[in-house]
Amino acid sequence: MTGIEISFPGVRALKGVDFEVKTGTIHALIGANGAGKSTLMKILAGVYDHYLGEIRIDGEVVEMRTPREAKKHGIEIVYQEVDTALVPYLSVAENIMLNILVNAMGGRQFVNWNEIHAAAKAILKRIGIKIDTHELAQNLSLAEKQMVLIARALAEERKFLVLDEPTAPLSNTETKELFRLMKDLAYNHNVGVIFISHRLPEIFEICEVVTILRDGRVVAEHKVNEINQKQIVELMLGHRFEETYPKQKVDIGDTLFEVNKLTTRGFEVEDINMVVKKGEIVGVAGLVGAGKTELSKAIFGAIPHKQGTLLLNGRVIQVKNPSQAVKRGFALVPEERRKEGVLVEEPVYTNLSAACLNVFTNSLSFIKNKLERNHAKRMIESLSIKTPSENQKVAYLSGGNQQKVAVGKWLSSNADLYIFDEPTKGVDVGAKHEIFELIGKLAAAGKGIIYVSCELPEILGITDRTYVMYDRKIVKELETAKTNEAEILFYSAGGI
Amino acid sequence: MQETNLDQPKAANIWPLIGNFLVKWGTYLTIVVLVIFFTIMTYDKSFDMYPFIKTSNVIQILRSISIVTVIAIGITISLTINGLDLSVGSVASLADSLIISAFVWYEFGLLPAIVFALFGAVLVGLANAFLIVKLRIPDLLATLSMLFIIEGVAMTYTGGGSISEGMPNLDGTQTVGRLVPVFKELGLAPWIIIIMLVVVLVAHIFLNYTKHGRYLYVVGGNIEAARLSGIPVDKYRTLAYILAAFMSGLGGIMLAAKVGSSQINAGAGYLMPAVAAAYIGFSVGGSGKPNAIGTLTGAILMGVLDNGLVMMSVPYYSINIFKGAVLAIALATTYFKKK
Repeated sequence: MTGIEISFPGVRALKGVDFEVKTGTIHALIGANGAGKSTLMKILAGVYDHYLGEIRIDGEVVEMRTPREAKKHGIEIVYQEVDTALVPYLSVAENIMLNILVNAMGGRQFVNWNEIHAAAKAILKRIGIKIDTHELAQNLSLAEKQMVLIARALAEERKFLVLDEPTAPLSNTETKELFRLMKDLAYNHNVGVIFISHRLPEIFEICEVVTILRDGRVVAEHKVNEINQKQIVELMLGHRFEETYPKQKVDIGDTLFEVNKLTTRGFEVEDINMVVKKGEIVGVAGLVGAGKTELSKAIFGAIPHKQGTLLLNGRVIQVKNPSQAVKRGFALVPEERRKEGVLVEEPVYTNLSAACLNVFTNSLSFIKNKLERNHAKRMIESLSIKTPSENQKVAYLSGGNQQKVAVGKWLSSNADLYIFDEPTKGVDVGAKHEIFELIGKLAAAGKGIIYVSCELPEILGITDRTYVMYDRKIVKELETAKTNEAEILFYSAGGI
Repeated sequence: MQETNLDQPKAANIWPLIGNFLVKWGTYLTIVVLVIFFTIMTYDKSFDMYPFIKTSNVIQILRSISIVTVIAIGITISLTINGLDLSVGSVASLADSLIISAFVWYEFGLLPAIVFALFGAVLVGLANAFLIVKLRIPDLLATLSMLFIIEGVAMTYTGGGSISEGMPNLDGTQTVGRLVPVFKELGLAPWIIIIMLVVVLVAHIFLNYTKHGRYLYVVGGNIEAARLSGIPVDKYRTLAYILAAFMSGLGGIMLAAKVGSSQINAGAGYLMPAVAAAYIGFSVGGSGKPNAIGTLTGAILMGVLDNGLVMMSVPYYSINIFKGAVLAIALATTYFKKK
């Protein structure tokens, strides 16, 4: 691929990328969030038809404007979200043979089941995986689903296989299995494997060449034995556009909240120890898939606990569900704003009172309509939510204003501990600044804040202390004033 | 030339307004059109009167829809949490059998009999909630199973037959119990209509002006957001199914009062009209949500249709053709815009 460029409304995602992969090798592609890794691979897979530049295979220029063309040229991509690519209620065999069932049936109208199962079995055997081809895809584990997708990729002759962060949801043994498969493909079947990962140790374990992307450009390409973890991190970061953070000085008080040895029932997070003091903004950093969102939900009681205790003001408390968490004075602004944070079909005023409706009801639990609306008007003004009136449906607000609503609904509940999970996701710069100011005000009022983000500048900009997560555990605690992006990223990527 | 140029943007602006108006008030408009249509069509030349809009006929229509409306309110409440209770007809049958048996077999007084019947209904609501909230069976399937189970329970309870005053017990001995006279009154106008209006009013206030009603809508709107707002989601879903069963039980009691005896599976026929009324009600006044007043309007629409078609001497076996067609038109006004 030479001189690849692509733009989306408002962003130039790739600015002239040259990228070359040989068959029979495992090639790593690495970069910080938003560097353009996934975009580049999607171009290769024919997802976008408006890229500029040239793609050559065996020296011949080819067009990759549709997924069909990409498949024809022997390129297959396995996306991170395996569930979007599988049909849950079809069997393993049908899922593996899906491309052939769809594209290569020709004039035949009937499916030959024996043939399909035999072919699927042959592919699974070739890559050394034991899954019953009659099993339904929905009953498989995450790792098995990924294997099925890889098997699908191999149902036809493939020259290149792209794996977009395949190890994020996998356990150690499952990861080993995947690596064995990748090596087998590269060395015994002469496939070029492109491996996207955030995890540095994995890259050193399995890849031969690493290409580092930053801000839509290739900044370096090295053999892995010529480079070390620290150098990669430095290349990923480079110099960045600096944002300003309205961090105010707040006196930090006594310990407000403590987590001791918390492990969730499904092992979404393990052995978590945390302390939050009054007036303190505590960051939780880590890459996508490290378990940050799971941690915030576990603290809020939305994920059941297996063991461990939570302490509020020194006393052990029970938080079995979000309803109890709210009663204890917790507030969560969740990551998936539209799915979990706001009620898009409801007007602004209902959203702003949803978490603290008791404040607006009389003893017979009738809602005091005027009080509720006046409160909504005050909130709209103090948070400068841009909406024609409090009756507007939240669905029609912009992302930043929706987020303000999601934050605003907690401000009247008089919570003591606020958990923000990626609050700036999909929010424009102006609104971002306002959200930071709001968080600063909460801290100044003596509240405890847990700020979860994979944006390192934000973590550095507004927190006092930061926990770094990697692979479902907290691996490091850092004083924000004494650390830098490189150090956080180093620990986030599993560096030791 | 100039005139047409000026007119075109105007016309383009007016159509969405009209469409909006139709979506909001289409149901009322349909009712008005139907009333005018039936009034004219049933004009009696020999007496020079319009029998369709005579007070007695209006009362007849309201009386005929009262049971459907109350059951439909039950469905409406189950719809607020984004569920659909299909067992309402069977629950009405059960309550119908329970209350008549309480009078005839056990010689209960009015209040104990009503409490007995409603208690039975609420138990079914709890069972529904258990299947849906605890066992996580999808609402349609859970209440569908319950539809069959309760139909069977009600028939088994009555020994597969009807219950009426003066009939022998299942073991052949004579019964002495009688329906309380006040109870029979409840099945007549104005009481049965008053009960319906009170139920609609209470449901309307409950859903729109109390915390609990608000929570029901929030749970239905986005269950995950509701949960993460600290609303005890399971509690409110359980409440919704209990209230739905309670309303169906009340409908069954009204049915018993109206008929004066308990017939096999008497409530089953009310399920689909009640579902239709609740769904028609979504669009009324532009609320876009299940709501009590809308449900009443939906029931009135169907009552007017039923009554008018009978008065026009459309054969009973053909009436459903027209009912279905008008239902489709009414729903088209609701969903047409949502493309």
